[in-house]
Amino acid sequence: MFSYYLRLGFASIRRNYILSSLMIVAIALGIGASVSVVTVNYLMSSNPIPHKSDQLFYVQLDSWSPHSPAQEPNEPPDQVTWRDATNLMAAKPAFKQSAIASSGAVIEPADKDVLPFMASIRLGFSDFFSMFEPPFLYGSGWNSQDDTNRNYVVVLSKEMNDRIFGGENSVGRSVTIADAEFQVVGVLNDWQPVPKFYDVTTGAFNDVEDVFMPFYMKQELELNNGGNTNCWKSPEGEGFAAFLNSECINYQFWVQLRNENEKQDYMTFLNSYVEEQKTLGRFERPLNNRLSDVMEWMEIQEVVADDAQIMLWMAFMFLFVCLVNTVGLLLSKFSGKASEIALRRAIGASQGDIFYQHIVETVCVGLLGGVLGLVLAFAGLEGIKMLYGDFMSNLVKLDVTMVAFAFILALISSVLAGLYPTWRACSVAPAAQLKN
Amino acid sequence: MLTMQGITKTFVTDSVQTHALRDFHLTVDEGDFVAVTGPSGSGKTTFLNIAGLLETFNGGSYILDGKDVSHLNDKQRSRERNEKIGFIFQNFNLIPDLDLFDNVDVPLRYRGFTTSERKRRIEESLDMVGLAKRMKHLPSQLSGGQQQRVAIARALAGSPRFLLADEPTGNLDTKMAQSVMGLLTEINQNGTTIVMVTHDPSLAQQAKRNIFVRDGRVSESPANQPSTVESIAVESLSQKAAM
Repeated sequence: MFSYYLRLGFASIRRNYILSSLMIVAIALGIGASVSVVTVNYLMSSNPIPHKSDQLFYVQLDSWSPHSPAQEPNEPPDQVTWRDATNLMAAKPAFKQSAIASSGAVIEPADKDVLPFMASIRLGFSDFFSMFEPPFLYGSGWNSQDDTNRNYVVVLSKEMNDRIFGGENSVGRSVTIADAEFQVVGVLNDWQPVPKFYDVTTGAFNDVEDVFMPFYMKQELELNNGGNTNCWKSPEGEGFAAFLNSECINYQFWVQLRNENEKQDYMTFLNSYVEEQKTLGRFERPLNNRLSDVMEWMEIQEVVADDAQIMLWMAFMFLFVCLVNTVGLLLSKFSGKASEIALRRAIGASQGDIFYQHIVETVCVGLLGGVLGLVLAFAGLEGIKMLYGDFMSNLVKLDVTMVAFAFILALISSVLAGLYPTWRACSVAPAAQLKN
Repeated sequence: MLTMQGITKTFVTDSVQTHALRDFHLTVDEGDFVAVTGPSGSGKTTFLNIAGLLETFNGGSYILDGKDVSHLNDKQRSRERNEKIGFIFQNFNLIPDLDLFDNVDVPLRYRGFTTSERKRRIEESLDMVGLAKRMKHLPSQLSGGQQQRVAIARALAGSPRFLLADEPTGNLDTKMAQSVMGLLTEINQNGTTIVMVTHDPSLAQQAKRNIFVRDGRVSESPANQPSTVESIAVESLSQKAAM
C-alpha cells in the first residue's frame, strides 16, 4: 500500500498545488534556517582529529602574575613563554611534543616575474607533522636533526607550492623567505582542519598557514610575533633576545600522550618543572598546570560562540513557527478532503488506513520541503559567507551528514506537523459526510 | 442475510435528544431487493448507515450474514464493509482526480487483491456497466448517469453479497434513472441482495419488497401493490390529523 499512498500523496499535492506549495515553502524556510545555523554550529563543534583527539593535549603553565590570574577565576594563561616552550622541548618527556607559533615573512620567488609577497608561517618541531597528521602531496616533514641543527628547511602548503612552483614537485628546490634561502622538504596536500585546533588563539576557523618551518627559525631570523602576545611584566632589557627571555606568552605547546599513565607522568613532570622554575624566582603563583585534550581545549577556548548557540535556538523557534503554520495549512487541506475520506472509509478503509495514507502525504510534503530547505540552507550559508567574509568560509560547507540531517529533520518535522491534522482526518464521520 | 432486532439510535446534542430509530425490526433475505421509503427525517438514512456499518447504534442487535456485528471494532467493521457491502450514493461520490479505473480500484486496494486480480475485476465490472472503453476518463468527462454506473461498478467490483443504495437515482433524470434501475434489477437477478432508499414510489414499485419507515419504525408492504406505499403515507397523515 505504501507505493499506492505515495502515488495518492503526490497526486494530492498536484491537485492542491497552491496550498501544497505554501506548506512546502513553510517547511523549507524552517529547515533552511535550522540547517544553516546547525551547519555552522556543527562545524564549530566538530572533532577535527577524532581518531586521536584524546591523545593530544594542550599544555598550560601558570607563569602569570602573582597578583592576579591570567583569567578569572583562576585560569592559567592560554600560551607559554619562549623559555618554557624551549625548556619543555629540550626535556622531551612526552611520547611526542611540539611547541608552535605563528609568524609571517616575505617570500621572494625564484621567478623574478613574480613579485615578492607576504606569507603566513607556522613554526614548529618535527613532531608537529606526526602529531597533527597533515596530508603530504610531495616529500615529508623535516626530522628532529633539522630541529636541533636549525636547518633551513620548509614545508609548503599546496596553495603556496602552486603559487611559487606552479604545482610541480618542489622537494629539494630552494625558496627565499625572510631573506634566507630554505630548502623545500615537503608539500602539503589540501588541509584545513575545522576548527583549526592546533592554534585557536588567533581564530579557530582561519586558514592553515602558507609555510611551515622549524621553531628555532624564529630566533635565527628574528621573525615577528604572530597571533596574540601578552605580558604580565615588561621584558627586562631591549631587543629580540630580551623579548624571548621575558615572561611574555606567544607560543602554544602540544604533547601526545597515549594513555592515562603517560598523562599522569607528564603532569608530574610539569609540576616538577614548575617547582624547579620557582627556585629560579619564576612561577610565583600556586601550582596550576593543565593538560586538556583537543575537545576539552576547544570547549575552554569557547570555539562555539555563545551567539551561535543563541542563533541555534532562534532557528529552532523559527522552525517551530513554520510547523505551526504547516499544521494550519494541513488542517485546511485535509478538511477539504473530508468527502473523499468518508468515501474511503465507507468502502473499506479503516482509520489506520486513512492515517497511513495521510501521514505518507505529509511526509511527501516534508521531503519536498526538505529539498527546498537544503537549497535555502545553501543560499543562507552563502549569505553568511558574504556577510562575515573569510572568517566563516570554512564553516559554511554542507557535507553529507548535514544533508542527511536536513532530510531527517524535514521528515520528523513533517510527521510532527501532520499528526494532529491526520488524526482529525481519521475522525471524519463518514455517514455525515457522504450525505452532503 | 440481514436481521435487525429492536435497534435504537439516538442522537444527543447539548440540549436535544433525537430518536432516529426506535425498536427497529427488519429481516432481509438473501437475494431480496428491498425498497425503503418514508418521509424526510423518518430514519431511512440512519437505518442505511447502520446497515452499512457506518454508524453504531444504542440498543438492539444486528446480524449481518450470520455474524453479530454489534461489538466489532473499527478495523473489523471496515473489513466487513469492504468484503460484504457495496455502497451506491445519490451524489455518486467518485474521486474527481482519479480516472474510472482508479476509482473502481479503491475498495479493491483495501481488500489486498493482487494487481492482476484487481485489473480483472475492474475491467469486468466496468464492462458490466458498459464503460469498459472509458476507463481512463475522469468522472468530470461523464454524464450523471454514467457516473452512477461507475459508482455501481465500484460497488460491485469486490463481489459484495449486499448492496446498499441511498437514493441512487436522486440526481438523475427519468430516463437515466430508469437505466440505472434496470441495472440494479439485473444485478439483483444475478443474486446480489439490494436495499435501496428512495423517495420515488415508481422506483420502489420495481423492487421485490417495500418497507416504509416512519418515526424511526418500520412498516412493511408487499411488492406489486402500487398503492401500498402511498396508502401508508396517507394513513400516517390521517392519524396525525386525528390527533
